Amino acid sequence: MTQKNRIEGGQIDRDANLKFTFDGQTYHGHAGDTLASALLANGVRLMGRSFKYHRPRGPLTAGSEEPNALVQLRSGARQEPNTRATTAELFDGLTATSQNRLGSLSFDLLAINDRVSNFLTAGFYYKTFMWPKAFWEKVYEPIIRRAAGLGSLSFQDDPDAYDKGFLHCDLLIIGAGPAGLMAALTAARSGADVILADEDFRMGGRLNSETFGIGDDAGADWAAQTVAELTAMPNVRLMARTTIIGAFDHGTYGAVERVSDHIATPMDGKPRQILWRIYTQKTVLAAGAIERPIAFNNNDRPGIMTASALRSYANRFGVAVGHRTGIFTNNDDGHRTAADLYAKGVKVTVIDPRPDAPRSMDYEVLAGAQVTDTMGRLGLTFVQVRLSDGTDRTIECKALGVSGGWNPNVHMTCHQQGRPAWNDALAAFVPDALPVGMIVAGAAKGDLSTAGALVGGATAARAALDLKGRMPKLPQAEDAPVTVTPFWYVEGASRAWLDQQNDVTVKDVKLSHQEGFKSVEHLKRYTTLGMATDQGKTANMGGLAIMAELAGKTIPEVGTTMFRPPYTPVAIGALGGRHRGQDFHPKRLTPTHAWAEEQGAVFVEVGNWMRAQWFPHAGETTWRESVDREVLATRGSVGVCDVTTLGKVDVQGADAAAFLNMIYCNGFAKLPVGKVRYGLMLREDGIAMDDGTAARMAEDHFVVTTTTANALPVYRHMEFVSQCLVPDMDVQLISTTEAWAQYAVAGPNARRVLEKIVDQDISNDAFPFMACGDVTVCGGLRARLFRISFSGELAYELAVPTAYGDALIRRIMEAGAEFDITPYGTEALGVMRMEKGHAAGNELNGTTTAANLGMGRMVSTKKDSIGAVLSRREGLNQSDDLRAVGIKPVDPADKVPAGAHLMAAEGPVDAAHDQGYVTSACYSPNLGHHIALAYLKDGSNRIGETMRLVSPLTGVDVAVEICSAHFIDPEGERLRA
Amino acid sequence: MHDLTPTPALGAATQTIGTVTIAENTGVALASVAARNGGTEACAKVLKDVLGAVPDVGRTVLHDPEAGFWMGPDQWMIGAPMNTHEDIADQLKAKLGNAASVTEQSGAWVVFDVIGERMPDMCEILCNIPIRKMVAGDVRRTMIHQLGCFVIRRAADDHIRILGPRASAQSLHHALITAATSVA
Amino acid sequence: MIIDHPLLGPRDSAEFTYMGDARLIDRPNPNDTDAAATFFDYAYLRDNPAGWHRELWFHEAGDRSWLVVTRNTLTHEISKVELARDVARAQGRSK
Repeated sequence: MTQKNRIEGGQIDRDANLKFTFDGQTYHGHAGDTLASALLANGVRLMGRSFKYHRPRGPLTAGSEEPNALVQLRSGARQEPNTRATTAELFDGLTATSQNRLGSLSFDLLAINDRVSNFLTAGFYYKTFMWPKAFWEKVYEPIIRRAAGLGSLSFQDDPDAYDKGFLHCDLLIIGAGPAGLMAALTAARSGADVILADEDFRMGGRLNSETFGIGDDAGADWAAQTVAELTAMPNVRLMARTTIIGAFDHGTYGAVERVSDHIATPMDGKPRQILWRIYTQKTVLAAGAIERPIAFNNNDRPGIMTASALRSYANRFGVAVGHRTGIFTNNDDGHRTAADLYAKGVKVTVIDPRPDAPRSMDYEVLAGAQVTDTMGRLGLTFVQVRLSDGTDRTIECKALGVSGGWNPNVHMTCHQQGRPAWNDALAAFVPDALPVGMIVAGAAKGDLSTAGALVGGATAARAALDLKGRMPKLPQAEDAPVTVTPFWYVEGASRAWLDQQNDVTVKDVKLSHQEGFKSVEHLKRYTTLGMATDQGKTANMGGLAIMAELAGKTIPEVGTTMFRPPYTPVAIGALGGRHRGQDFHPKRLTPTHAWAEEQGAVFVEVGNWMRAQWFPHAGETTWRESVDREVLATRGSVGVCDVTTLGKVDVQGADAAAFLNMIYCNGFAKLPVGKVRYGLMLREDGIAMDDGTAARMAEDHFVVTTTTANALPVYRHMEFVSQCLVPDMDVQLISTTEAWAQYAVAGPNARRVLEKIVDQDISNDAFPFMACGDVTVCGGLRARLFRISFSGELAYELAVPTAYGDALIRRIMEAGAEFDITPYGTEALGVMRMEKGHAAGNELNGTTTAANLGMGRMVSTKKDSIGAVLSRREGLNQSDDLRAVGIKPVDPADKVPAGAHLMAAEGPVDAAHDQGYVTSACYSPNLGHHIALAYLKDGSNRIGETMRLVSPLTGVDVAVEICSAHFIDPEGERLRA
Repeated sequence: MHDLTPTPALGAATQTIGTVTIAENTGVALASVAARNGGTEACAKVLKDVLGAVPDVGRTVLHDPEAGFWMGPDQWMIGAPMNTHEDIADQLKAKLGNAASVTEQSGAWVVFDVIGERMPDMCEILCNIPIRKMVAGDVRRTMIHQLGCFVIRRAADDHIRILGPRASAQSLHHALITAATSVA
Repeated sequence: MIIDHPLLGPRDSAEFTYMGDARLIDRPNPNDTDAAATFFDYAYLRDNPAGWHRELWFHEAGDRSWLVVTRNTLTHEISKVELARDVARAQGRSK
């Protein structure tokens, strides 16, 4: 197919011929085209169907404000719905399909909605699908979802990568039109670090779409030269294809750079897009202005667009949308489009409702006339005009440019709660209160002439950087005054579109007002005016104007809705960046990881840590077999477990002991050097926060352990107490979690194994239960030894610098070979601690007190500690408080699952009669039945009682016996052996 | 003399991607020093003896064989070659006595040297530091791939040293390689 | 938001962990006769002003300083940033 609408000129590379398809049909375009400009060049005006009524639609604009021409780009996993054809940069092999249709684009079966449009007015869904209630989810919603909506997802993983990054600069300039370029030039020449960002792939803004010059050059040439000069400067970062999406606090801006969207697939390892966070001292907003349409009947046919869009397609892209074109304008800028098109050989008729509209020698101007209706099923063929004398005239044309004036692009000025101010001369909102550090220049400020933009850009940059000296001489440029007579909609218009993306008409706004939705925010929600991908950039002003008229108010009295980031839609992939799949969060590997992999360990994620869960042997078919074996082997002889993941904090200083006295509810001042003590940490409200051990390595040096999960918050809490509550205590804290590889060696033969490793005497006399100290291993490597036991067995924890962790585990396995030493994972660890009745995260669940844990007497009354005062509250010290107990099934075959609740053996089973709940449960291979830890009201006085353990949700109802939580070795003889 | 062989945090081979070379540096022994109450002056004197100067806020003293950087108020990290200073914590403690708390840190960190023309571009998509405004000896604590790291701008303009948590050496290295590929 | 750290200069608030009302520095005296009441107030009752607020931020991904940040909760304007240790000392928490 030939590019029948392609004309001379423009900034496209006619030597670069690009082939692309739209709805399966092959077309050709050129480098520098957008998908929309290339389709228009090929005579394709129809690009989509509207949201609600499935009306045929073509592009309304030539930019990112586009409401209509939304297409699906690419295919397969890269299929991307709802992309704007007006900004999609053409590349060779691009495939695009239209969306929101049933059947073909030109024969959409759902176009029937347009015939029944009387029913689909504002609030239709709210009114219609109220009853019966159950029908909403099952019947109405699926049908509506299928009929409405826009593009569809591929339901495949996005194959592309996205990066996130951070940039810092002195001055960020948003928009590279005349104001932005001039601001960048002024700032860059002063030596400041400048970022100039523009959403377009070609910098220059409107200069690329206009015919007038700057100085002696064409505007587009001046832009290109300026860009070249800026590119050569090391202190300037030019970011084309980069949309600033939001102005956040204190000079922080979000930006999306489309690195690879203009090529078929990103190069290997390259991101498709980068989400930048830009930190800047000052910002010049030079985001330009957006032309607004006028509402008239059937103003949404393909071929009808803003006048400036027609001008862009002609001047920048070398496309005449129609060789006969109408211009409907209420301002002089619309006449500029007429002049430009005429110069390109297009037959033009201008319809201007102003009786004093400027006349032309070249083309027909119908002053005092209005467009009252249009014709053409799939694209504009005729417009109907009411002339100043009241008679009607039909004009044949394929394109109609509409201009209702220009709206300064105030979006970004409002992201920090700012609201724009009304400007009568422009009949538009202009920036008012600005985010800190922002200055607005050019059309975004309301200076709509090119000369105004150049002066504004230079002035803004000078003000932002506080530059002294004389203002540089600026090139001559067009400086036409703004002449606009507010004109929002044609009298009598009804099916006249305000918001083409959401199919909101003048009639809908009137209906909304009539039904009482008079606040602008209510209007938006009720009619959906200004929602979806374009956020009403071309629609909102018309709606506001009609609202104002109906309410008898001025437009500023009606006000605007909030402008919120992002400025244009952002792909979820860009927000996620690299953090997806395996890279969602980093992994932490223990020092034994490589060795454990060799053993065939099954790993479990604990926080970010990968911990060995169990070590299956050949022939073991279930995890329970492995875990039971590990537990029995450890209790029978000796086992080894990597406990590096426990948080470790080095606490040093003259007041180290006093500090621990403060953070633990039990006392540490009198703990002798060379001893370890269990410590329970409370929150200030008296609830248990964490537990662990503190080993006194020296008078002024403790090694504190925390649970794996709480390592970070406990360290933070310790810093809080140190810096904020006891600021003059001499205590220094530093985390050493990863500095030491630490292994638990547990079981009756633990000492025999370690005697072969540790260089010092570790006999029971020399190194009794709860001893600790610096030792050496394997002939002199510095190490730390702690005689502590989580399993309840004779046990030690041995720590060496992490680099030696791999060597040490292999050495321990060698040394233990004669005792059949068994590595055990977190499951066996859990079983053994439950058999011993030790609390863990399930028991310290954020609701439990020391008393609940059976440790009430540990809370020292002789000293102050965090949480001590409030732990003594009456409400936390009732006679029937929960107490930790053990649970065993009456029938040994029964399970006693965690989460189940305890009820009296006889009586109702309901929340009112709840007696407690199971926190942890497992099968005990030593006892041969399931066991559990539980909290039970007044539990310590109910040992021996038979109760019902129930979980109505999962169908559990088991008779259980309350017992001591110390299932194994209640006297603690093993660990002292 | 013990007979245990240390293993590197990662054991990754040096890779050059585009202009950027990423190398694991296994030869750094580390210890943290925190001045005790009333020990600030004595501690500063020792640090000056060892490093030539006390590292200022946000700064490194690049010195041989020991180098050091500021970690927090009255707190520094001291590094030196592992083959001569494996006992750096003991050495420092012997000099500092009760003037400071010393904690061995060698095992806690993985160290990567990142060198090359596009190192700044790589930094920009890795972490939130103003790399182009940093000068030799500047150090920033920052997050790389959700990991708390120190980034030290070394003497050469295109060289940074990254200290990251050892247990996440693999994840950190992966993030570095990914970023280098992205900007290559 | 950007927090101007007294030692390190401007840093993104993402490097910090927020804790809330800086009144948490004023931990009551446990030996007071009305300690039960004052601790209850301390632990549970906080102001939630729309406007200026002194709050605690922890430079977790930085130098691990606790800071007292005076911030307007309506505008996010930050008027003052202090080291919490200095504030605690000034408020008489030295031993």
